Amino acid sequence: MDVILDGLSILARWDVVAALLIGSIGGVIIGAIPGVGAAVAIAILLPATFSFDPIVGLTVLLGIYGSSMYGGSIPAVLINTPGTAVNALTTYDGYPMTRRGEGRRALSLAYSASFFGGIFSVLCLIILSPLLASIAPHFGSREIFLAALLGLVLAVVVHRGQTVIAAFLVFFGIFINTIGLHTATLTRRFTFDLNFLASGIDLIVVVLGLFALSQAFVLLVGRDDSPKAAPVSGGLFQGLGELFKYPGTASASSGFGVVMGMIPGVGEFMAQFLSYTFAQRRSKTPEKFGDGAPEGLIASEAANNAVPGAAMIPLLALGVPGEALTAMMLSVFYVHNVVPGPQLFQNQMDFVMALYLALLILNVMVLVFLLFSTNTLLQVIRIPTRFLGVMILTLAFVGVYSLRNSVWDCAIAAVFGFIGFVLKRLQLPIVPIILGMVLGRIMEVKLRASMARVKTPLDFIDRPIAFILFCAIVIIIAMHVRGLLKNRKQERTENA
Amino acid sequence: MTDRTPDVDDIAASERLGGDRYFAIAILVISAGLLALIGDQTQWKAGKGLLNQPAFWPGIGLIGMTACAALYLAQSLAARRIAAWDRREFFVWIRCLEYPLWFMAYVFIVPVVGYLPTTVLFCPLLARRAGYRSARALLSAALMGAVIVVLFKALLQVRVPGGALYEVLPDGLRNFMILYL
Repeated sequence: MDVILDGLSILARWDVVAALLIGSIGGVIIGAIPGVGAAVAIAILLPATFSFDPIVGLTVLLGIYGSSMYGGSIPAVLINTPGTAVNALTTYDGYPMTRRGEGRRALSLAYSASFFGGIFSVLCLIILSPLLASIAPHFGSREIFLAALLGLVLAVVVHRGQTVIAAFLVFFGIFINTIGLHTATLTRRFTFDLNFLASGIDLIVVVLGLFALSQAFVLLVGRDDSPKAAPVSGGLFQGLGELFKYPGTASASSGFGVVMGMIPGVGEFMAQFLSYTFAQRRSKTPEKFGDGAPEGLIASEAANNAVPGAAMIPLLALGVPGEALTAMMLSVFYVHNVVPGPQLFQNQMDFVMALYLALLILNVMVLVFLLFSTNTLLQVIRIPTRFLGVMILTLAFVGVYSLRNSVWDCAIAAVFGFIGFVLKRLQLPIVPIILGMVLGRIMEVKLRASMARVKTPLDFIDRPIAFILFCAIVIIIAMHVRGLLKNRKQERTENA
Repeated sequence: MTDRTPDVDDIAASERLGGDRYFAIAILVISAGLLALIGDQTQWKAGKGLLNQPAFWPGIGLIGMTACAALYLAQSLAARRIAAWDRREFFVWIRCLEYPLWFMAYVFIVPVVGYLPTTVLFCPLLARRAGYRSARALLSAALMGAVIVVLFKALLQVRVPGGALYEVLPDGLRNFMILYL
């Protein structure tokens, strides 16, 4: 209880409250604009938060992260276009409901399910915190190395049908991270005698290129579009209670969100997919899924909104980010000399609790905001896409240039923007590059640190947590290979 | 958000999107080229174990990249496809290269002309290039540029230096422009 009060006292400042308000409302607006998304917004705002207090900077970004999916459900439900990529499954049942004239009901359900998922995950975090605080110190260098490796393996295998290219992109991320000065031997690696490469390639520059600039290029090159949605008539309060007709779906979906969020490298897509499939299987009317089933909408929204809170667990407890957004947040922690990991849980539990409580409060703020402002937000959706491209390109400049006023950083970001553009055109994933960079760095440092105490390869896994992580990696790879072989056998049988 | 909405018949004819083969060849050439340079671009330190060698992690990355790129190219070559799609997509990539150039031009001009004037001119110019011709759209773009500058430089105090042209302004105005715009 004392820790909760300490956390509240950290939040009880006007600048933190303002940050929470701006982050959460800004996140909803950004999420509601198809083609922007939290990743782009966080990448652009990241350097601007460096001058803030750690708690203020993190609260703004956390607000955007935690609330963008709420906003993303609006265009998903009303115009069949997900505001953020993770709202894609929401269109399956949300839009058919709108076409039946049940847009208001669908939005109410989406908001209430999102709220339920968000609150559920934060409560899980608060309840699990003492357990995490006791487990986290058992993670030494070996365990963190294996957790990072597990994250990379999962980042590859979750991209079903694209595992080869996902693996390529992970290795590409690992390679980019090695460019520059090797601190242990003070030698240069792949700098081609160019001084600007000696300090390495900054993660934020890559993130801004891959997420923000590439999106600007996609929008500028693509067809111009100005989505239009009919206003929602009537209040949105009535539908909120309907969620309680489906307590099992809401709880199970939120549970999937929490579990998937906690596992590095998995994230919202897998959480959504599993919870949607599970909800369909246990439904009395599975045939209605994809055709406007309230349970489908709840499954999608509750699961994806439960992920942000849970994704903070590996980040805060181990310093291992699970996906691109938490990887960006790791940069903010480092900039402010707050080092996530077991020590943070032991020494700054009040700070950790403040972040949890900020997540809890922002969910309430967002719900209240949405209940009164949905029709106003529909105006934002109408921004023409190429105009949005101009806006993102201009904003991306602030993000990259303000880091260290380097023209080279901007050139590198432009190159990564083009790479991201090609990947998006080919519908290939971008996140593995970021995870490869961040987790690759962690693996390099932790492997070096752990080798001092390792005499034989078996020593590496002679501690219980290390052994469990190693077994998990082996099992996941074995199951993936088995799945591939099974699919190939099935294809051969079908072709024969 | 993308104009790549293929017809159902096209999807049935090809499991890979157009341009995929060019992409596969490009990543294989780049990966193998970088791997060939590993001896030149990293050093071997005597007395250090393999895991502590500067080349170890770049090696892991590049060997993995080359192997995966080769596998990806093999998959791409095996997939049925429409050759015209590859060429058409390649030209879209070429067309996109214009926008990194716009971005870099903006980057080079800001330190000379100043953040506010450059942005207020750049946004309508790019908007015009993107196809917006009406005075309202161009004015909106200029206004958007001004708002971005005020928000980030004046309010959030991000580090964007004043333009060289600001030096010719009178003292009071010059300081104000350098600090806030």
